[in-house]
Amino acid sequence: MAAESVMAAEGTAALTMVQAINQALDQALAADERVVVFGEDVGVMGGVFRATDGLQAKHGADRVFDTPLAESGIVGFAIGLALAGLRPVAEVQFAGFLYPALDQVLSHVGRYRHRTRGRYTVPLVVRAAYGGGVHTPEQHADSPEALLAHAPGVKVVVPSTPARAKGLLLAAIDDPDPVFFLEAIKLYRSSREAVPADPYRLELGRARVVREGDALTLVCWGGMVEVCLQAADVAAREGVRLEVVDVETLVPFDEATVLESVRKTGRAVVVHEAARTGGFGAEVAARIAEGAFFDLLAPVARVTGWDSPYPPFTSVEHHYRPDAARVLAAVREALLT
Amino acid sequence: MSGTVRYVSEDGRALQALPLGREELVRGYRAMRRARLFDERAVTLQRQGRLGVFPPYRGQEAAQVGAALALEPGDWLVPTYRETAAAIAHGLPLSTAILYWRAHPAGWSFPEGVRILPFYVPIATQLPHAVGVAHAGRLRGEGWVVLAFVGDGGTSEGDAHEALNFAAVYSAPVVFVVQNNGWAISVPTERQMRNTRIADRAVGYGIPGVRVDGNDLVAVWDVMRQAVARARAGEGPTLVEAVTYRLAPHTTSDDPSRYRDESLTAELGRAEPVARMRALLEGLGLWSDEQEEALVAELREEFDAAVAEADEAPEPPPESIVEQVFAEMTADQRRAWEALRGG
Repeated sequence: MAAESVMAAEGTAALTMVQAINQALDQALAADERVVVFGEDVGVMGGVFRATDGLQAKHGADRVFDTPLAESGIVGFAIGLALAGLRPVAEVQFAGFLYPALDQVLSHVGRYRHRTRGRYTVPLVVRAAYGGGVHTPEQHADSPEALLAHAPGVKVVVPSTPARAKGLLLAAIDDPDPVFFLEAIKLYRSSREAVPADPYRLELGRARVVREGDALTLVCWGGMVEVCLQAADVAAREGVRLEVVDVETLVPFDEATVLESVRKTGRAVVVHEAARTGGFGAEVAARIAEGAFFDLLAPVARVTGWDSPYPPFTSVEHHYRPDAARVLAAVREALLT
Repeated sequence: MSGTVRYVSEDGRALQALPLGREELVRGYRAMRRARLFDERAVTLQRQGRLGVFPPYRGQEAAQVGAALALEPGDWLVPTYRETAAAIAHGLPLSTAILYWRAHPAGWSFPEGVRILPFYVPIATQLPHAVGVAHAGRLRGEGWVVLAFVGDGGTSEGDAHEALNFAAVYSAPVVFVVQNNGWAISVPTERQMRNTRIADRAVGYGIPGVRVDGNDLVAVWDVMRQAVARARAGEGPTLVEAVTYRLAPHTTSDDPSRYRDESLTAELGRAEPVARMRALLEGLGLWSDEQEEALVAELREEFDAAVAEADEAPEPPPESIVEQVFAEMTADQRRAWEALRGG
C-alpha cells in the first residue's frame, strides 16, 4: 500500500502504536498458519506492554505462548522454528535484555543463509521495546540498534508511528530474512493515529521524508522522529525550514533518500538516543561524507546519548536522551557555519 | 562404569542377550567401518594439503553412528563440527562432506532431502535450534524427531541449559546426545564439571537421562532407539550421555602431547568401538577376514570416487562472498558484488 493511503480516513481507527502492533500480530496470525508468537509473558498476560493482549485467547496456546525466562533460548528456539518452516515472531521484553541473545544473533541469525548458500534461511522477527524517556528501571531504556545493524545478514527496523509500525511489522513477518523490530517505549501510548483496519505492508529499506525543508536535514529514527519534528516546528516559527528524514529501516539503509535530502539542504544533523561512539549516527555521517561531501555547507553533526551507559538515575535521564532543545542547538551551530 | 548401559565387552563378547538382529549387527558394523575409513582418509588428505583443518572423531564412531542409525530418513540431525560420522550415516554424501572440510561452498549447501543442519562451530548454540525444529514438527504435525549432539565441554555453555529446559517444558521431540569424550581440547572432564556423570543432569530438567557405553554400538543404537521412540510418541526429550574417548587430537592443528599422556591414550584405544564390533561379529560367525577385505576395498573405492567428484567443484568466484546474505542484495551489496566481479 502506498504511503498516502495509510492516512485515508475511511476504514481506519485511531490507534496507539501498541494497539497497531497488536492488530498487526492478530492479522498475521489469522492470515498465515505458519506464524507463531512467543516470548516471556506474552500468553495469558498479553505481554508487559500488552502488545499480545488477547492473542492467545483468540489464536490458541499453540500459536501464542509463553517461553521460559531465557533470551538466548528464545532467539535460538525462534531460529529452529524458522528453519522448520514456521514464521516465528518472538518478543524480547526490553532491547536491553537482548544481550544474552547476541551470541545467537551474531553467530547464527545473520549467517544461516550465507553459510549454507541459501539452503537454510531463518525468516524470523524479534520484537523488542527500546529507548528511554519514561523513567523505566535500569537497563530498560537501552537503544542497541547499532549492535544489531553491525551484524551482517540482519535487518533492523525502527518504526516511528502507529500506522508505520503496523505496515512495517506485517512486512517484516513476510520478509524472507531475519528482522529485528525495535519499538520505542516512549511512543507505545504517547499518541494515536488513523490506522487502516485492513492488513497492509510497507516496504522495508525505504527512508521517508516526513517534513520537507530546505535549510538542513535532520536524520533520525524511532523515538527521535517525534523529537526532530518538534525541533522543526520551533524552527519553522523562526522561518527556518528543516527537513526531517525518518530512516525507519537501518538495515538495509536507504542511502539514496538521505543523500538526496542532504544534497538539497547542504547541512545534516543525525539524531539518536544511543551512545555516541560507534552509534548508527556515525554510519550515517560517514555515508554523507562519502556521498555528499561537496554539497555540504557545514560539518555533519550528531546529537546523541552521551558516551555513558543510559543513566538509571531518573532525575537526570532527560539530560541523556536528546530533546528538541539539544537538536536545535546543533541546528543553530550548523546554520551559522 | 556402573549404571552405564553396555551389551558388548571391550574384547567383543556379548554380555547379555543382544537387542539387535544379525542383519542390524552387520549393518551397524559396516556403517562404523565406513565412518572410520572416512576419518583415516580425511586426516591423510589434510596432511597432503587437500583438506582444511579437520576434527577427527576416531574412537567416537559408535556414539555417532549408533545414534544416527536410530533415526528415520525424515528425522533431523543437528551436528557439531565433530559429527561427520553421524552426518554420513544419516545421508550426507561423502563428496559433500569432503567439500565442507575443504571450506568449499558446494559442501556447505547440503542436498535437498538430507535433513541435517549445518555443522556448528560455536559451542552448544545449535541446541536451541534443535528444540525449535522439534517443536515446529509437533506444531505442524510432521512427526519428525531431532537428534542433537553436544560434547562434554559444551554442556558448560548456557545454551545447553536453555535448550534442555525449553525442550523439557515443551515436551519437544528431541534427543540430546552428549558425547563425553573426556576432553574439551585440553581440559579433561573432571576439570570441566564437578559431577562427571552428565546424564545425572536430566533429573534437574525432569526428563530421562541415560548413560551408555559410547564405544558399544549395540548399546548406543538400542538406547537411542528407545529415546527416539519416546520422542516420537510425544513423551518428550531424553538426555543420553555416550561415554567415549577422543583418541585423536582435537583437530588436525592440535598437539595433544602438550596436555595429556599419549601412552594412556593408546591404552584407552583398546576399548575403541570398531575393533570391538568386529570381534563381536567374528565371535558370532557373522564376519570374516574375506568380508573385511571386500568391505574395505569397497569403501576405498567409494571414498576415492567422492574425492574425484569433490575435485570437480569449480572454485567460487570472489563476488559470491556477498551473495546469499539476504534473499535480495542491498544496494551496498550490489556495489560490492560489482567491485568483486571486477565490473
